[in-house]
Amino acid sequence: MQFSESWLRTLVNPSLSSEELSHLLTMAGLEVEEMTPVAPAFEKVVVAQVLTKEKHPDADRLNVLTVNVGDTEPLTIVCGASNVTVGMKAPCALVGARLPNFEIKKAKVRGIASFGMMCSETEIGLAEESAGLMVLSDEAVVGQSIREHLDLDDHLITLKLTPNRSDCLSLNGIAREVAALTGAPLQTMEDSTNIKQSGSASRNVKVSAPEACPRYTGRVISGVNAKAVTPSWMVQRLERCGLRSISALVDVTNYVLLELGQPLHAFDLNKLSGDIDVRFAKAGEKLKLLNEQLVELQDDMLVIADGKGPVALAGVMGGADSAVDDMTTDIFLESAFFVPGVIVGKSRRLGFSSDSSYRFERGVDFAATLIALDRATQLILEICGGEAGQVTAVQGDLPVRAPVTLRSSRVLRILGISLDSEEIAQILSSLGMTFQQSGDDFTVTPPSYRFDIAIEEDLVEEVARVHGYEQIQPAPIQASMTILPNFEAERPLSKVRQVMVLRDYQETINYSFVEADWERDLCSNTTPVTLLNPIASQMSVMRSSLLGGLLDSLRTNLARKQPRIRLFEIGGCFEAEAGSYSQEERLAGLAYGSAVSEQWGAPARNVDFYDVKSDLEALFAPRTLTFQAAEYPASHPGRSARILLDGVAIGWLGELHPKWQQQYDMPLTAVWFEVKLNALIQSSVPRAEDISKFPAVRRDIAVLVDEKADVQTLLDAMDNQNVPYVTELALFDVYRGQGVEEGKKSLAFRVLLKDTQKTLTDSEIEPSIAMLVEALHKIGAKLRGK
Amino acid sequence: MQELQTILEEALESFAAVEDAAELENIKARYLGKDGSLTALLKGLGKLSAEERPAAGARINEVKQQIEAALQAQRDAIQLHALNARLAAESLDVTLPGRGLGVGGLHPVTRTLERIENLFHSIGYDVAEGPEIENDFYNFTALNIPEDHPARAMHDTFYIDEQHVLRTHTSPIQIRYMQAHMEKYKHLATMPDIRIIAPGRVYRVDSDATHSPMFHQVEGLWVGEKVSFADLKGVIADFLQNYFETEDMQVRFRPSFFPFTEPSAEMDMSWKGGWLEIGGCGMVHPNVLKHVGIDSEKYIGFAFGMGVERLAMLRYSVNDLRLFFENDLQFLKQFN
Repeated sequence: MQFSESWLRTLVNPSLSSEELSHLLTMAGLEVEEMTPVAPAFEKVVVAQVLTKEKHPDADRLNVLTVNVGDTEPLTIVCGASNVTVGMKAPCALVGARLPNFEIKKAKVRGIASFGMMCSETEIGLAEESAGLMVLSDEAVVGQSIREHLDLDDHLITLKLTPNRSDCLSLNGIAREVAALTGAPLQTMEDSTNIKQSGSASRNVKVSAPEACPRYTGRVISGVNAKAVTPSWMVQRLERCGLRSISALVDVTNYVLLELGQPLHAFDLNKLSGDIDVRFAKAGEKLKLLNEQLVELQDDMLVIADGKGPVALAGVMGGADSAVDDMTTDIFLESAFFVPGVIVGKSRRLGFSSDSSYRFERGVDFAATLIALDRATQLILEICGGEAGQVTAVQGDLPVRAPVTLRSSRVLRILGISLDSEEIAQILSSLGMTFQQSGDDFTVTPPSYRFDIAIEEDLVEEVARVHGYEQIQPAPIQASMTILPNFEAERPLSKVRQVMVLRDYQETINYSFVEADWERDLCSNTTPVTLLNPIASQMSVMRSSLLGGLLDSLRTNLARKQPRIRLFEIGGCFEAEAGSYSQEERLAGLAYGSAVSEQWGAPARNVDFYDVKSDLEALFAPRTLTFQAAEYPASHPGRSARILLDGVAIGWLGELHPKWQQQYDMPLTAVWFEVKLNALIQSSVPRAEDISKFPAVRRDIAVLVDEKADVQTLLDAMDNQNVPYVTELALFDVYRGQGVEEGKKSLAFRVLLKDTQKTLTDSEIEPSIAMLVEALHKIGAKLRGK
Repeated sequence: MQELQTILEEALESFAAVEDAAELENIKARYLGKDGSLTALLKGLGKLSAEERPAAGARINEVKQQIEAALQAQRDAIQLHALNARLAAESLDVTLPGRGLGVGGLHPVTRTLERIENLFHSIGYDVAEGPEIENDFYNFTALNIPEDHPARAMHDTFYIDEQHVLRTHTSPIQIRYMQAHMEKYKHLATMPDIRIIAPGRVYRVDSDATHSPMFHQVEGLWVGEKVSFADLKGVIADFLQNYFETEDMQVRFRPSFFPFTEPSAEMDMSWKGGWLEIGGCGMVHPNVLKHVGIDSEKYIGFAFGMGVERLAMLRYSVNDLRLFFENDLQFLKQFN
């Protein structure tokens, strides 16, 4: 809500500077978002009247003026403005005046001495551009400071009001608040109830939906001059509150809206037929609104209807066909109270917001309906003339302000301060609350304009607000301390991240919503969780994998010429499940470019499957992962593995499929993995076992197998035998080439054997080795050299 | 025994001239070997008379010791020389870079969150988490934001379907935590205090230099029998002073409105001569406590929420919110 400080000060004028006033409002919860002066600083500019005008003898475009600036002697001023006329009033900067951009000195212009300068709006900083002198009204008092005349020492104040404070959506409301906070007297509204009621015309009103419209008042004003000019003071106030002057009738309704917070509507009486009915719309009814929008009405929308149908969307906007215009002579002026719950959401549903709906959906003072009608009537009669008819009023059950109990003890407990009940009582009174006090407790009835006081805590906030949040001293932290649980069998997430960091991966955070194409291409997910209102088409579905985001970040960095990129992310992945949605936290990594950064001491080589596999193994250590060849849409079908932990699938490792590499325009391929975070977090508490004092014996077994055979099968075959003394089985060499026939490969395993009680002898070792060889033989692995 | 003196001089001279260990041993044989000259003299002692023998023997032994000492000295010299030569040959350019992998780093938001979690952990706050796709009840209704309430317009919400949204704040975590806490301690007459922070991703339909459709929030909650607004101010001031590592930090609370707190406040902190909005807070609204079955007459709570990116931007002088989600390595590596 934007308003003019000087207008506010006509209603309440505390002895505070503009800055102090702004601070007061902010610290009371009416946050001043912006405060800007109406005009830049300048001085010695007065209202002047042109007395005579003659052509400059030596310059075609200049005139020599004599100007009355309120002194005994008129001034001679040379002026180049084309709109200058004798008798006009315009601002004149006197000699010595400091304007925003320059200073006025006595000067000779083409041989004629000039004692000042007639000004345009641009020259005194009121406009960016202007054509000719600023024309002042005839009523302007010659010699008066232009700052005073145009009220230029004013400030435009913008409040960022919270939705609960609809009572401050008017000058009167803000003034009421300032009065409560400062104790400065509130200017009471001019009494406008004794309106000259010369007319007898009226309109019948029926309220068919009294629960939605508990109070409806209206009045016919006949014989108005719709073409009347809105007085400049009103135009100025409207403008300083951000509203353009439209026509006198509309301006008055807007003015009263700003002044009292009561939305009003003026119908052209002659465009209405029959009685007024306030009712809910019937399905299929249509209404063209003032903004030219043709609205299909729904049956939860309240309308003002006449004999023919809806003429206004109640509390939101009037209809175009019953609007006042230049030809209007008779109006029906409406001032009503619509229940917030009925108005709320309707304009949003239609895609716009109006000053009226904004107020009604938050709550309008139902005690001021008639006051506003009278105030507007008075102003219309003053400006447009006409005869005011009788008020038609329909009243149902207005909202009831239920009494709220406030205990002083509760105030102290919630706020943590001491405050005596006298001060609490004083604060309640200042806010216009009526109450009964019993000891230290109060039974409080909030005023009709407060829609936000329903429970004790609401009053506690009011007390705190007026007392001042700043007056509440911060308490040192005190609490009964207990040690927080620490589950040793769960690895802290920070440690998991640290492993990734030490393996040279950079953490990223990508949006959880991604392109539908990524989901389809990379995960074969054609039914992703989809947003109803995405911010952009490439952010329209929730990711079911972190890979898309990592690839996107990869491409961002490729575009910025990074040669080697290693990224990871920890975050949620989403899936729809029978009307509900599941979220699984995962960790994904991606490596691109050389295995190690380009360096003197290591050969240049691109990162491959096994580099990243080693990162994964380090990440899970000391737990052991196993890998199964399996296809995944994102990966090269021959370079893709399902990751298992204790036999349970927990993720995927793979090299990006060449077709995606090509599609995403990447010079090299990337290796990626994704695992369930849960699997990484779950660990166990270590349990020590006896260690052997005797040395381990090493034996190597080399076998020939088919090129297609996988190592895991061989290891499993040996493992399954539970061979005595074997403590470690590991592959240490893969050989192809001389001595190994085509289509075969040689695999060499290291076997460590150990006993906790003795040094092993050959006779103990050999049977074990024989068992291993036999197990290998059974699955077609031939001992090498035999 | 002129001969003895000559042998000694000759031996010392020839040892000194040798640089090679094997050659030294060869030369040694000339004197001390089976056929060596000194060995021959020793053998010749037998030909001497019994009177002459002791004196001559002593002299020969004396020379033998001198020769052996000289030999050992030369051996040591040769060994030392060889070691020095090897060390000289093996010296490295220690300024060459180390080999292998480098190190990565954490995202600045994670870095900030870990720091926040640690600070609150030190005063007994546990970390709670919850789903990012929330249902209407947890994101709105339980937080005292009924349907069509103007406050819903404050949250530009991403919808999944009529009942589900991307959470607009991490407050639903508080609701879930309070429910679980009540269930866990329902057998007790007085439940232990709830002290948690709830960090996580949140979503709003908004995107420009200062708004991201996804960002991180951290909310805090303390519910107990003796919790007041003054405590809230104390915790926030203490946190901000420690987060920014300055005791000069001023914190200002001004009245505001949130449906889930009453009284409510905006938190401002002093920054570069002015005030900067850092988050919202307040005393948990009785309706919120009611929704999770906590007796609002017995227990009082406060809650607060802050933007994590905001805190990171201030702490690390980042001037554009969008940088956090672009993941440009040049930006990210500054926080390693």
